[in-house]
Amino acid sequence: MFIGKINVTLKESVLDPQGQAVMKALHDMGEGSVKDVRIGKYIEVKLLANSQSDAEEQINRFCKNLLVNQVIETYSYHVEKLEV
Amino acid sequence: MKSAVIVFPGSNCDKDIAYVLKTFYHHKVDMVWHKTQLSQKYDLVVLPGGFSYGDYLRCGAIARFSPAMKSVLEHAKRGGRILGICNGFQILTESGLLPGTLFKNTNLKHICKNIQLVKGSQNNPLTSKLQPKQVLTIPISHGEGNYYADPDTVKQLKEENRILYRYYKENPNGSVEDIAGITSSDFKIAGLMPHPERAMENWTGTDGKLFFDNFFEF
Repeated sequence: MFIGKINVTLKESVLDPQGQAVMKALHDMGEGSVKDVRIGKYIEVKLLANSQSDAEEQINRFCKNLLVNQVIETYSYHVEKLEV
Repeated sequence: MKSAVIVFPGSNCDKDIAYVLKTFYHHKVDMVWHKTQLSQKYDLVVLPGGFSYGDYLRCGAIARFSPAMKSVLEHAKRGGRILGICNGFQILTESGLLPGTLFKNTNLKHICKNIQLVKGSQNNPLTSKLQPKQVLTIPISHGEGNYYADPDTVKQLKEENRILYRYYKENPNGSVEDIAGITSSDFKIAGLMPHPERAMENWTGTDGKLFFDNFFEF
């Protein structure tokens, strides 16, 4: 068993309305050091795979076909083997 | 004309559009549950508004994989017409039948109110009877109607006369180029965020009729 830990974020070129609202709230709290906030999604997928590279290939496929909308989002992932 | 309205778990404008097609345009209308396939050839398939699959992951992302969508894709390949309203528009972009995507409104709020529209591209055949500055008052009701496509895609949409409607005076959601709806390059697939099916009666305003009259002129 493997686990894929996936981070999905909006592309740099896309304005992030949630991030902007949170940044404004931080500024309103007096946190003037904040220069930008980007909000994304974290997804964990447990899966069966023959090897690390097989697991990575599958995760990549899940991302491209469903988990990520590549028009506005980008992603990165990290795959670990689970001891069962 | 024969039309099919696809009903997803969470669709909530399916009966409204079926009522409009039957009452005002005398279509034969079948309601098609998402777990089934289109059983015959239809002239028009409608993907209605609502919150299919609870809008989980992204709006329209999961509906795209429902069994009915398979036959909707075949319908599209045969050159059949498709109309996606609101959540239906989101499903069309997620399915790759229309370019770009719809994401969170810039003010982060679900907006439910009447807005004003004007035709988008001057030579889009789905708005052929409208004057260039003719204003339609139609309601919107969405939290994720902010249309985005990369600059090359937007340029292509403009060059190919594929912008169906634009928001007029006030852009409610942050959509690029004030885009409220677009079509495929052959104009057979159309998607828009506003709800013309909610503007058909005297007590709601009747500008939805202008939308459908023009839509069926093509």
